[in-house]
Amino acid sequence: MKDEVNALSMQSTNEDEVSSVPPSVVAVVWMLAHREWVRFFRQRNRVIGALGQPILFWLLFGTGMHTAFRGAGQDFMTYYLPGTITLILLFTAIFTTISIIEDRKEGFLQNVLVAPAPRSTIAWGKVLGGGMIAWVQGLIFLGLVMAMGQVPVSGGLAGALVLMAVAAASITAMGVLFAWPMDSTQGFHAIMNLVLMPLWLLSGAFFPVPALVAGSPVGQIVMHWIMRLNPMTYLVAGLRRMLGTVVENPEIWVPGLSTSWIVSVGFLLAALAGAWWVVQRPARGDIR
Amino acid sequence: MEGNEERWRRHALLVDNVEHRYGDRQALRGLRLEVSAGELFAILGPNGSGKSTLFRLISTLVPVQAGEIAVFGHRLPGAQHLVRQLLGVVFQSPSLDPKLTVRENLRCGGVLYGLRGAPLQARIQEVAEQLGVADRMNDMVETLSGGLKRRVELAKGILHRPRLLLMDEPSTGLDPAARIDMWRALKELQKSQRMTIVLTTHLLEEADRADRLAIMHEGRTVAVGAPGELRRELGDQVLTIRPPLPEVERWLADRGIEARCVDDEIRVTGHDVANLVPALAEQFGRQIQALSVGQPSLEDVFIARTGHRYWADRAETPAA
Repeated sequence: MKDEVNALSMQSTNEDEVSSVPPSVVAVVWMLAHREWVRFFRQRNRVIGALGQPILFWLLFGTGMHTAFRGAGQDFMTYYLPGTITLILLFTAIFTTISIIEDRKEGFLQNVLVAPAPRSTIAWGKVLGGGMIAWVQGLIFLGLVMAMGQVPVSGGLAGALVLMAVAAASITAMGVLFAWPMDSTQGFHAIMNLVLMPLWLLSGAFFPVPALVAGSPVGQIVMHWIMRLNPMTYLVAGLRRMLGTVVENPEIWVPGLSTSWIVSVGFLLAALAGAWWVVQRPARGDIR
Repeated sequence: MEGNEERWRRHALLVDNVEHRYGDRQALRGLRLEVSAGELFAILGPNGSGKSTLFRLISTLVPVQAGEIAVFGHRLPGAQHLVRQLLGVVFQSPSLDPKLTVRENLRCGGVLYGLRGAPLQARIQEVAEQLGVADRMNDMVETLSGGLKRRVELAKGILHRPRLLLMDEPSTGLDPAARIDMWRALKELQKSQRMTIVLTTHLLEEADRADRLAIMHEGRTVAVGAPGELRRELGDQVLTIRPPLPEVERWLADRGIEARCVDDEIRVTGHDVANLVPALAEQFGRQIQALSVGQPSLEDVFIARTGHRYWADRAETPAA
């Protein structure tokens, strides 16, 4: 078949003008990821939105909640640090995946859909591009915090950086899963408020997971299990443990480090599979 | 069987008995079309005639439901991958990223079709010069005029030297000067690269510039041929009478003259229909508001084949 194509193209064009060859998946993914980078840094408001707001929250809540929060001798700024990092990753991933809807509206996506590159490259390009942007934003924040010396960061920094990358990739992949079928950014905002923000709030990022003790009220039991079944809880807990900001307390439940890793990697694989699956499906917005 | 295979291979584009439905609505009804290699072929039709659906099917954006489409002998559904490599697709809606420069957009387009590195750079430069956008390479696409954007789209579409360039309503949103400019570029591509070009359009005057055209109506082709040929079939004159008086129709019918009543006028096509003017004026002079004689246009072809006016359901924007 292929020889035939080449033969035909030789007939109609000059000898040196060979018809196109199948694109390399790696090259296409890299191109799409690179495009995410360029777009992100050209839109200043996105940089400010994704990094500025969590930092503001961290400073405001950290100082504001200082007296109200009693986390066994830990101040709220320290407690809230892994949660802020996760929020930065979440915000950046949301902004990146919202661009799927814009790409479709602006028509860029159509071109990718009719090109010989496999559709999965769209998902991998977003995850790589968006995940890297999120990760770097998280790094910037962590660097700022460490430079200020506000929070004692001890423990395995390298491990924390790897877990941040896992978190960034899985949250971005989850964003792709939600954004793909949407034909308006309003719809995505609804998902963000109904699913993604509660997922973050109930991850131990903002308040600890209550431990189950004898005589726990029903509400606490329910809350415990909701938070325990939330994969994001393990991302936050893993970061907390590796940054050395965890405080053992019988009233608080924190998953162990190895459990956190296993669940986080499992979540990443599931999110990637979900993103791969969803982009194979035709979306309503493709047909305009 | 052999002969059939040969038939498939001989054409740049072959559409055979294609049907397409969106839910209850049937957009294409057993459509057939043959485009030879090297042709500049226009698919003309008013809004809702099915031409955009056809474009989506050929471009592989939407899977073929029934029937077959072949591009240089490679059939859809099935050889989707090969077809995608042979096609260059230019959409009606802009497909450039406004936040990227012209060069970055072209690079994206090239990578998607397997071009990379130095050959891609060289090809981008070559195409940019060919289409006159070389001096705007580092400008953000959002700062370009509509005509320039369209030229960049075209540049992106031909980067990988497609055998068949497929364009959806290429002159939408272009001013007359930019339209002429675009057509010059297309003719040049056709000549220098021997590229086959298939475009959809709802503009009669645009279809007139193509080598051949197919007129679509309600999901079928109602006429296929060279523009001049199609017009000549109707004779060399058209007589238009307004308003459409029943007595005029009867008068014409009595004389065995075939007339067509379309909306608010009666149209008679044929040779020497101008000779009817004095008799008509004498007979119905008081009742007739307007009598005019002209050459048949593609609109007359459309009317003759469908019994409808071309712009009857005219809307500002072409069908999605």
